[in-house]
Parts: sequence; structure tokens; C-alpha cells
Amino acid sequence: MTRARTDERSELDVVAILCLTPSLLYVFFMFIYPFLYGLYVSLQPMKARSWSVENYAAFFTDPYQYATIGTTFALAIPNSILVVLVALFLAYGMRRGIWMERTITTILVLPISLGVIFLSEGILGFYGTNGWLNQMLMDAGLMTEPLELTHNFIGVILSLFMQQFPFCFLMLLGYISGIDPSLESSARMLGATPWTVFRRVMLPLIAPGLAIAFALVFVMSFAVFPSAVMVGQPAGTTRTISIAAYQQAFEQYDMSYASAIAVIMGFCQLAALIVIVLVRRRMTIATTMGVGKR
Amino acid sequence: MSDSINQLRVDITKRYGAKTVLDQLKLEIRGGEFVTFLGPSGCGKSTALGIIAGLIPASGGEIWLDNQRIDHVPPEKRGFGMVFQNYALFPHLTVFDNVGFGLSLQHRQVAEIKERVQAMLGLVRLLGFEDRYPAQLSGGQQQRVAIARALILHPRLMLLDEPLSNLDAKLRVDMRAEIKQLHSKLSLTSIYVTHDQAEALSLSDRIVLLRDGVLMQVGTPQEIHDRPKNVFVADFMGFRNFFDVRLGQSMGGLIEGAGKSVKLRARAADDFAAGNDAIMAIRPEDVRIGKAPDGVNRITGKVEFIEYLGREQEAAIGIDAETRLWLRTSEKVALGDSVELTLPPEKIVLLPVD
Repeated sequence: MTRARTDERSELDVVAILCLTPSLLYVFFMFIYPFLYGLYVSLQPMKARSWSVENYAAFFTDPYQYATIGTTFALAIPNSILVVLVALFLAYGMRRGIWMERTITTILVLPISLGVIFLSEGILGFYGTNGWLNQMLMDAGLMTEPLELTHNFIGVILSLFMQQFPFCFLMLLGYISGIDPSLESSARMLGATPWTVFRRVMLPLIAPGLAIAFALVFVMSFAVFPSAVMVGQPAGTTRTISIAAYQQAFEQYDMSYASAIAVIMGFCQLAALIVIVLVRRRMTIATTMGVGKR
Repeated sequence: MSDSINQLRVDITKRYGAKTVLDQLKLEIRGGEFVTFLGPSGCGKSTALGIIAGLIPASGGEIWLDNQRIDHVPPEKRGFGMVFQNYALFPHLTVFDNVGFGLSLQHRQVAEIKERVQAMLGLVRLLGFEDRYPAQLSGGQQQRVAIARALILHPRLMLLDEPLSNLDAKLRVDMRAEIKQLHSKLSLTSIYVTHDQAEALSLSDRIVLLRDGVLMQVGTPQEIHDRPKNVFVADFMGFRNFFDVRLGQSMGGLIEGAGKSVKLRARAADDFAAGNDAIMAIRPEDVRIGKAPDGVNRITGKVEFIEYLGREQEAAIGIDAETRLWLRTSEKVALGDSVELTLPPEKIVLLPVD
């Protein structure tokens, strides 16, 4: 009896490993190998010709370089918060379906299909100094000076928001509408107002989805490159870490230094993800305390 | 919040677009009563419950609780308790926090919450389960948590939406008894929704039978069971044999009905006069094997089909090429047997033709 069971078990493991192989290969060749190769390159500086942390030292002693970490965080954090909050608000409102839902969802999701370059061109045309918005405002006599909405921090936020909102919205909408509606009904029957239902029942249940959405938006924002160049100020306020890496690689032709910057960028993202996971755990504990100190 | 009500008066209509799912459902429920909304799926029973709860807006009509009109009061202000088909326990909260949820919303003292939750868990026999999460409980335990969570607020009216339909057959019977005991202990005014006639019969003071949003019959379990008003109610309550007949003269309290293949006598009733068409119905379990002493309503036929039900079996008896009679018996019958049957006149109900 037990013998038969162990046989069955090992047979299953072989099948499981076989089924896993393609994805394991993918993860290895597309992620682990490039990452390790990048790490290796970054530790072989051009001048040194041997193992050295010279590139990392150079990065962290040069304010022009290490300031890009702060700049990138300063863009990615507010943008992620903005995207997730707006998406949460809309998705929560639409969780039980609304009038013209398909049309509205299509409009909200459309920017995803446009591509960053086209979107950035559009932002320049509409929000630019001589763009439609400023022309309208000035012709209407509401403004005397054009609003500075592009080639700065705001321009990048606008662009990032438009790229990331649709996907964050869809993700949260799927997550929230998957929550059993009778939970809401039962909370109402127990005396909870709609706001209390959100705070005490729905928010704790949405929290895991919210954390994942935030993490993904954050990682995407942190790697911002085209928007930062096209609608930002790549030499100044929006000189993000990816721009620093790009300049080392394709302007200075120092692949090793560029790899080091890329590795630093990766570790920043990893650190942020760890913080998100920890915060989310704290949140769960806080909300599940519920009735309180017993 | 008061613990008891004298009367709930309901007169509600619900339409979804052009479809009417509840057509002027008028009801009066007395304090302490256990009323069941019974009907097949899609008959509007759950919609009616949702409207009374305040979770679904009615398209028209009014709901009065004693002297207060409540149809525009939001659900959280009605003071009703509700138990859902899937229990709807909060998965992120422990049993204790689920049961204490309503009290904590009322900002009660921690000590009071603790005491009342413990008392409630004792009532539903779940002491010691305080720190479990809903996912760690069995279906029956989850159901008891759901009931405790609603009861702890002393609701004025308890609404139960098919609370037993997700449980397996044996547990369902146990929980049914438990609900019955809780109700008689607390004499809580309750509305219970189900599609299971056995549940309705065993639990209710009164049954409200619905079909396509229209009220078919209201009555005590006995009335509904013994004296259905129409073919739908009869069919739903387990009558399986229906004969289209033309009524003849009544003699000695019995009225004769002549159908295509049978001639039967039933108890005479006021609404059914000679010369009219009617339907005669009898339950399979009321059909007897063998000759009646007085020789009334005797039928012979051949066993065509047998369904084994354990203690009993249900058999289809072919009377002629088109007519079958269903019979439930604990006696042995075999396929192809020729049997002699008696349909006791007092067990036959007369129903109007639709």
C-alpha cells in the first residue's frame, strides 16, 4: 500500500518537473543568466582588467550619478501612489458594473495600445507650451503665461500615469469584482455604512491586490526612460537612473560602468519591493485585529 | 433597537427592464412567526427577501414595520439580521471577530463584546473556535457562525436565504432541527427562503409559495401539503399523478370525474360543480396496492418502470398506452407485473384547470 503510494508520488514528481522545464529554462536564460552576466561585467571595469568594485565606488562618490537614485524615487513613488489611488477609486466604483461599462472601460484602457512614443508626442502636442491646452486657456483669457506642463517633472508624471493607469485599473477591477458581493451585503446587514464596508471589509480584502498593483507600477515607473527623455528634462530634474546607465553605455561606451548602474537600479527596485511586502503585512495585521484588544 | 415586532406588511413589485420578477407580492407577517418563501429557482423568492432586507431596491410598493414605513431605510438602519446561502463570513476575520463585527460597529465596550460573543458561541455550540478563520471551519460550523453573527445583534427580523442548500444531505437535516430549536427558543420573527419543500414543511408556521414572481398560495404547511389550490402547487408539493376529468354528479359526498382512461371519485368540494372540467391529483404514496373493500376507484395496470429509493420504491404503472400512474410502495413489485390499485377518494384533490 505505502509502496504503491511512494511510486505514484515519484512518478508525479517527474511529470511536474517535465512540465516546469520550459518555464525554468525561460527564467534561466531570460533572467538569471543576463542578471549574472551583468553582475560579472559590472565587476570587470575597463581599466582594471581584473575583479574590482571600482564602478560601484565611482557611482556612489559622484553626486551627479548617485543623485539619480533620489530623482528616480521622487518620480516613481508619487506616480505609483497616484496611479494606484485613482485606479482603486474608479475600479471600486465600477465593481458591480455601471451604465455603458464597456465603452467606459475601452476609453480608460485605450492608452495601453498607443505606445510610449506616440503618447509622449501627444502629451507634447496637447500639454506643451504652445499646445492646445495652453492656447485654449490663453485665448479664453484665463492665463497670461502658458502653464509649464512638459519638459519637467509634471510632464513625466503625466506620461507615466497615462501608460500605467489602464493596466493598474484593469488589474484592480478584476481583483475587486472577484470579491464575493454577499460580503458587502452581510456587512451592511450588520450595521455598516458603505464607507465602513469599504474600510473594514473591502479594503483588507483588496490589500493584497493593491500591494501587487503598487509593486508592478512602481517597478515600471522606476525603469522610466523614454518619457523621462521626451517629455521630461533629461539633463536636470528628471535625469533618472536609467538615463545615467544609458549615457554610460551609449555615450561613454563604458558597458561595465553601465552594467554596474543597472545592477544598482535592480537592487533599488528589490529593496522597494521588500518594503512593500513588509508594509502590506503590517496592514493585514492591523486590519485583522478588528474587534480589538482581547 | 427593539427585539420584537408586531407585524411586517409587505406590498412589493420588482421589475428588471421589461421583466417583472415580483408582481405585487402582498403579505402580512406577524411577530414571532416563521414564514417560508418557497418556490423553484427564478420564482422571485430571493429577490423578495433582498427587498425586505433593503439590499435590492423595489420598483414599487411599500414595506411597513409596525407603524413605520421602511422601504427607503438603508439596510444598516433596519435592524434586521440576515444569513446568506454562502454564509458570507469575512475571510480576513476570526470567528470571534466575525461574530463581534456588528457589536464593534456599535462601539461597544471590549468587555461587553467579549461576554456577548462568548454567550452567542455557546448558543451555537462553537466555544473554543474563537481564533479560527472561516476557511478552517466545516460548512456546518460556518453556517453556525453566520447565524451567531446575525443573532448577536438581537435583530427585529431574521432573514435566511437558502442557508442550508450548500450543506450535504445529512448535515442539512441536523441544521434544520437546530434552526427550528433556535427559533422556538428565541421566538424570533423569521423569513426563510428555500426551494426545498421538506425544509419548508418542517420549519414553517406559514409557507408562501411563489411562481414567476406571482404568489400561488399562502398557508400553513398542512394546508399547502394537503389542500393545494392549483396544479403548480400540487406538483411542487409532490403530487405526481394528474388526470384531466369532466365532473359528473356527486353522490354520498363523492363526486365523479370521467377522464380519457380513468373514472375516479373524489370528495365533493364547493367550487367544483357537475359538468365542469377539472383536474384530479393524487400523490404516489397515497396510491394503494390491492382492492378496496367498497370497490371505489379501482385501477389495474402493468409495472413499466421502477425507481429504487431504499426503504421504498416508486413505480410507474401503465394503465393504457398513454396514461401512467406513479405509485410509491414498500411492497415488492417487479417489472411486467400486473397490479390492482386503489386510489382512496379522500386522498384525491380537485384542482381547477389553468
